[in-house]
Amino acid sequence: MVAAPPASAHTGARDEDVIQAVPLRRPGRLIAAVVLIVLLGLFVYGAATNKAYQWDTYAKYLFDQRVSKAALITLELTVIAMAIAVVLGVILAVMRMSENPVLKGVAWLYLWIFRGTPVYVQLVFWGLITNLYSQIDLGVPFLVQFVHLKTGSWLTPFVAAFIGLGLNEAAYMAEIVRAGIGSVDEGQHEAAAALAMTWGQTMRRVILPQAMRVIIPPTGNEVISMLKTTSLVVAVPLTTDLYSESRQIGGVIFRPIPLLLVASTWYLAVTSVLMVGQYFLEKRYSRGASRVLTTRQLQALAEAQQKESI
Amino acid sequence: MTQPAGQDFFGRPSASPTLMVDAQNVQKNFGALQVLKGITLQVRPREVMCLVGPSGSGKSTFLRCINHLEKVTAGRLYVDGEIVGYAEKGGKLHELHPKVAARQRRDIGMVFQRFNLFPHMTALENVVEAPLRVKGEKKRDVMQRGRALLDRVGLASKAEAYPAQLSGGQQQRVAIARALAMQPKLMLFDEPTSALDPELVGEVLDVMRKLAEDGMTMIVVTHEMGFAREVGDHLVFMDEGVVVEAGQPRAVLSNPQEERTRSFLSKVL
Repeated sequence: MVAAPPASAHTGARDEDVIQAVPLRRPGRLIAAVVLIVLLGLFVYGAATNKAYQWDTYAKYLFDQRVSKAALITLELTVIAMAIAVVLGVILAVMRMSENPVLKGVAWLYLWIFRGTPVYVQLVFWGLITNLYSQIDLGVPFLVQFVHLKTGSWLTPFVAAFIGLGLNEAAYMAEIVRAGIGSVDEGQHEAAAALAMTWGQTMRRVILPQAMRVIIPPTGNEVISMLKTTSLVVAVPLTTDLYSESRQIGGVIFRPIPLLLVASTWYLAVTSVLMVGQYFLEKRYSRGASRVLTTRQLQALAEAQQKESI
Repeated sequence: MTQPAGQDFFGRPSASPTLMVDAQNVQKNFGALQVLKGITLQVRPREVMCLVGPSGSGKSTFLRCINHLEKVTAGRLYVDGEIVGYAEKGGKLHELHPKVAARQRRDIGMVFQRFNLFPHMTALENVVEAPLRVKGEKKRDVMQRGRALLDRVGLASKAEAYPAQLSGGQQQRVAIARALAMQPKLMLFDEPTSALDPELVGEVLDVMRKLAEDGMTMIVVTHEMGFAREVGDHLVFMDEGVVVEAGQPRAVLSNPQEERTRSFLSKVL
């Protein structure tokens, strides 16, 4: 290659060969964009000037400590319930794929019940659980009991709420995990077996990391969905979460609308943070998924090519 | 770098001169379908046996029986003197716990038609995974050995590449290095070049030829008659679950005794 001017050194193509085409005009796109921007502008203007939104009250309560505390409770509920759901979901998924008909059947029954009834109804049930079971005994059934746990003492509305949300969500997570594991090629099981890996090693090191690529996007959906489903814990009844707290404050000052906006802002903020987390998780588990080279690998190859041509 | 006689592929004192694989009337049924109808054959240490035959003849199934990916239905199958997948106690066969069965597989490497590399690991990570996790060897030793093995299959520069970034031939060579990393006594190849573009077949066969020269005991299911002729010590022709003909590769290929062998060879040669 003849000494090329620095501008084209990156591409390695010669100047006279570089295509400089006139871009295609797309008037439709332009019109659609203008229409949307005008509509959006009108809406924002309307909302800003509409007194009924009571933006001064919104500003006053946005960072109210009662609201931020309630947001923390909502976040705690989300995290604990999802943790329960993921662990139980993996167990249920493995049970459903087991060759043991009893394990399979029990997992199916669990899914049937917890997916088949409304989460609101389940939460009401968990609120009433102390009426159904006043004491939990650990020991040999009908013979000896070692530990007696009075449910009333530790089964607070908060605990009932995250158990209810977690057990319900586990049914959905089980299906997501099952789909993920099912998406991994059978040859991967065989290759791991041929390398003398045990079932547990195969799952942990080979199958689940690959299944994660399929599992994470819908799980991200479920986390965000869970964040919002926590507003149903009023059914337990637990009234310290973001939605209930905002409703109460709004009720006391007779201004429900700005407080709903405050709650929505907090829900959006937390959702945004969760989405960032999902992005990084997806990146982590997409290693090797694409044959597209990373910028660093491309750079190394281009440098090697240049060295060769000199 | 052929190992001197008396030492095996990894320079260990040579395996006893007994049989590496001893199949006695091995049968395999899938439900009512009989896929293997009584296979009897032997492979000695350092030997290369090539299994050929039409698809559906049971070659791959037999290969998978050897490392217990499939359960043998009847007959006896011994690898290095041990019965595969079972323990013999008081004249009865007992199923092995999966963990014990896995231990038997440590000494048997397997290379698949579709490579089956772990796509979320780099070439080097693929190679060192089993020695690290299964054998619990020291990381430093294993990494060193892993790089040496990649070098041996001509891929030292691709250690950090993910399988999707490698060609089929390169992936299969990584798969061979991965199997070798467990330092097996026996290597099984299940149509290792069948999924490759024609111009990539040679590079994989070259690696296998070198393995054979260095004293690895190998059983190769293949359609590459040239490889079977040059590298194989034995050639076994299977059809419909039975061994139709076996012998010296050159003899079988140039002068087949059975009609079925003749008609098969006339189609592939």
